[in-house]
Amino acid sequence: MKLFKYSHSRLAANKILAVFILLLSSLAFPSFAGGEELNEANTAWILTSTALVLMMTLPGLALFYGGLVRRKNILSILMQCFSIAAISSILWFVVGYSLAFGEGNAWIGDFSKVLMVGITKETLVGDIPESLFALFQMTFAVITPALIIGAYAERMKFSAVLVFSGLWLLVVYSPVTHWVWGGGWLGQMGVYDFAGGIVVHITCGVAALVAAVVLGPRHGFPKTPMMPHNLTMTVTGAGLLWVGWFGFNGGSALAANGDAAMAMLVTHLSASAGALTWAAIEWKKFGKASVLGAVTGMVAGLGTITPASGFVGPGGALVIGISAGFICFYSTVFIKQKLKVDDSLDVFPVHGVGGILGTLLAGIFSSTELGAFSGYGYAEGIATMLEQVSVQLVGIGSVIIYTAIMSYLLFKIVSLMTKGLRVEREQEITGLDLIEHDESGYNL
Amino acid sequence: MKLITAIIKPFKMDDVREALSEIGLEGMTLTEVKGFGRQKGHTELYRGAEYLVDFLPKVKIELGVKDEMVERVIEAILQSAQTGKIGDGKIFVTNIENIIRIRTGETDNEAI
Repeated sequence: MKLFKYSHSRLAANKILAVFILLLSSLAFPSFAGGEELNEANTAWILTSTALVLMMTLPGLALFYGGLVRRKNILSILMQCFSIAAISSILWFVVGYSLAFGEGNAWIGDFSKVLMVGITKETLVGDIPESLFALFQMTFAVITPALIIGAYAERMKFSAVLVFSGLWLLVVYSPVTHWVWGGGWLGQMGVYDFAGGIVVHITCGVAALVAAVVLGPRHGFPKTPMMPHNLTMTVTGAGLLWVGWFGFNGGSALAANGDAAMAMLVTHLSASAGALTWAAIEWKKFGKASVLGAVTGMVAGLGTITPASGFVGPGGALVIGISAGFICFYSTVFIKQKLKVDDSLDVFPVHGVGGILGTLLAGIFSSTELGAFSGYGYAEGIATMLEQVSVQLVGIGSVIIYTAIMSYLLFKIVSLMTKGLRVEREQEITGLDLIEHDESGYNL
Repeated sequence: MKLITAIIKPFKMDDVREALSEIGLEGMTLTEVKGFGRQKGHTELYRGAEYLVDFLPKVKIELGVKDEMVERVIEAILQSAQTGKIGDGKIFVTNIENIIRIRTGETDNEAI
């Protein structure tokens, strides 16, 4: 997002500004702070983007994941997505936003914005209302824990899902967001993460891998094929994700300008290249291109361009999308077929690996010296590609380690609270819809 | 009275229905089923991996017929459902104890 691009002095200026605005509003004056006035065009676009990103979870991701599970578990996926959306939204405004974007220190925000205290209709972040900024950020906080569902699908207790997701949002997502976008240490180093390659995709991907290892495989894995029960639903969800991603990446410029337009363009190109690449590999390897392969490649392309989207050009985006198709394809095969880890809906190989790859490639294709593959320059104060890539690697490495350790501990703690993370084996065979919700997805 | 149960390839359904109508059959029950025999299953792709799926889709037809019709019905199904390739299906013939038409209460041959 734009925040991390602010220099120290700019951040300090914003703080002074915020105090100033607070003072003014307490005196019942309208805010007309010098320099930063509300920009209506930017505000309109971020209002729109916020709706687009929420649509990615509800119903985009819910349908995408829902179609991939067996019919006895369809409602459990939809319910988990909806519940996580509701819980994350409330936690975000209670304390998550404050921990992520409160001033705090290099590691974490503070409690100054708990329950949005002191934030009025007039309070601005940059030139858009802070209420809107917090809401836009909330949609990211909603989708990130929801993405992890794919790893533990079809076997985790609903109670454990709820407790884990809520705690994870506060313990993993909020601090990492602060590191990268909230004025924390990674942002200060100049790490490039335009729309959440690190913040969203690496965190959810790594947590997913930990979840799959801690929970163990579904009953019957890997011998029994567990085919998607409704690919039509999955493709519908994938389409909503693609369109929603325009708000995810395009909105992350926090402005209606050339940055947003270019971010949207490269996002679209990467999605297309990812879809075609994955389908082409399958065609070559198995003689046919599958629908699920194409939409999975699309998601891989989208996840991978996310951290790079504001910094690279169309040429770079094509390379990023093609690499995403290749690397995510082989990662998926490696994790499931070779390692036999039941990350059920392949969250780590698609989102985690995509996020890592994209964060790395953002350091390369942001270079202005690659001819047709040039981007828009390194972060402030960074002169060489090596330096930018090193910073990217520090970001990737630190967030992987932090997320892995904290997610592992959280699963262990939640397991004590809910007397085990998984439903009984017999219940798993019956299906979570009946066991956890007393409902069936499909009635004659 | 016999119950004829035929499992056939789904794309042969229309041919079989026509052939049975031609010899004067007035009703049948059809179910979409899954199963496998010598044809075994088929492979399906799932994100970079091929899986063997055991059960293939088939169509099951059930007909209650008078004894004297049995041979002609079997002949009609054989003619219309055969492709000569593995997986054409099977015909089962079983005895029926009673048939009752619900609307009128007629029984057995009257009810067919």
